Amino acid sequence: MTRAITQSIVLAGRTFGHWRAQPVPFLVNLLFPTLVLLMMGGLLGGAIAGDLPTYFWYAVPGVLAVAMLFGLEGTMLAITTDAKNAITDRLRSLPISGAAVPAGRCLADMAASLLALATTCTAGLLMGWRPGSWTGLVEAALVLLAFRFALLWLGLFAGLRATSPEVVVAVQILVWPISMLSSVFVDPATMPRWLGAVAEWNPLSAAANAVRELTGSPTFTSTTWAGQHAVMLSLVTSGVVTAVFAPLAVRAYRNLDA
Amino acid sequence: MTVVLEAEGLTKRFPGRQAAAVDGVDLRLEEGRVLALLGANGAGKTTTLRMLTTLTRPTGGSARVAGADIRTSGSAVRRRIGVVGQYAALDEVLSGRANLVLFGRLLGLAPAAARQRAAELLVQFDLVEAAGRPVGQYSGGMRRRIDLAVALINRPRVLFVDEPTTGLDPVARRSLWDAVRELVDKGTAVVLTTQYLEEADALADDVVFLRDGSVALAGSIDELRLLAGPPRIETRPPSLEDLYLTLYGPTTAEENR
Repeated sequence: MTRAITQSIVLAGRTFGHWRAQPVPFLVNLLFPTLVLLMMGGLLGGAIAGDLPTYFWYAVPGVLAVAMLFGLEGTMLAITTDAKNAITDRLRSLPISGAAVPAGRCLADMAASLLALATTCTAGLLMGWRPGSWTGLVEAALVLLAFRFALLWLGLFAGLRATSPEVVVAVQILVWPISMLSSVFVDPATMPRWLGAVAEWNPLSAAANAVRELTGSPTFTSTTWAGQHAVMLSLVTSGVVTAVFAPLAVRAYRNLDA
Repeated sequence: MTVVLEAEGLTKRFPGRQAAAVDGVDLRLEEGRVLALLGANGAGKTTTLRMLTTLTRPTGGSARVAGADIRTSGSAVRRRIGVVGQYAALDEVLSGRANLVLFGRLLGLAPAAARQRAAELLVQFDLVEAAGRPVGQYSGGMRRRIDLAVALINRPRVLFVDEPTTGLDPVARRSLWDAVRELVDKGTAVVLTTQYLEEADALADDVVFLRDGSVALAGSIDELRLLAGPPRIETRPPSLEDLYLTLYGPTTAEENR
């Protein structure tokens, strides 16, 4: 058990080594949510909400949720690149615990997302966003990290099943319509009725609305059940996705020897 | 001599395919010897190697590698073997030294021991100068050597090498052969697959020819040479390879190795 933990930490350290060796891609990933915040807020915020400060209050919690979604690509890219470079096989030829590889990925990716969260929060604070209370902010961070944890298992499973790193490009593209079809950037009530309903039930909306609720940020006045129970909905969704995809990912990893 | 590898009826069928990829292969290897698996593309060489190294589960037959059963004691097998795959399986972003330390740590060495073992192997494989550079920038020959070095961290009893010199120039190829011979002299058993008969001629003690997943012919290299007929004495004009080796031989092509 202690050996498995050491192995996981060593494997996570490999990713931290990548950050040191290639700081530019690391920083771009870290600052990308901030860029999205500035882009959406600065360029479109005035048109959407009438004035920038008001819009930032909506957008910051939304972008924090999107920052977690961006992590999905990172997880998938790491898994598919390792498979392509035959690192996955080399790790499997070593006498290490079967749990160490996913656990190491988990540590590294959760650390990356925590940093992205901290950076984006800081950017939000600089834009004038003020969470209602610090405990609320911590609770919001926990909800977001639970969301990221669920996406981690989804990413591990999809990455193991993907045939090449090119598949990740499809995910990188799809992240955008998924983000747009949510309450992250705009009020779903302004969308056509059926699209608005889809947006309300998008797990990304639940995460964004949960952060708004916990940090006392303004919410789009939601009348649906999903909008009014965002925190619970987000936690339940994350729990269900984890419960489904964690076993699937472990099985996909084991089935590599077939 | 101790038998370090013994396979009986090793078989692999992939779902949805009629013919078995590997069909009832028997193998036997003693320590300090080199076994070459020969055969055309698709003959089952790599699949056999993947089964023996516990990367792929056999659908039939059994094998013991370094004293452990590949089916029931996979992790004991993995502790005692080294694997060099067809493509150098290294972290491209990290330096050669960092790769050695990383895999040393995963093999259970403490940080200081892992660093020391890395330093030894860098000297042994003549990679001290390149130790700090990312592996992604290494030449083909250097990649093979760092890959081999990683496979030797745990001083394996059996080393598996899949097509070790594909894509290497003649000097780099010979340098890798020397490295393999050095290991064998110290008692390591080596299983290698190759497309080059010349490579088998240079390294192998035992040879197994695979065809469509089955053993077509097997024996020690001396037995097989007898089968091939009486030795022919012929004078042969110097080949282009001889010329290449005089031009770029180890002394003048240090950086290519």
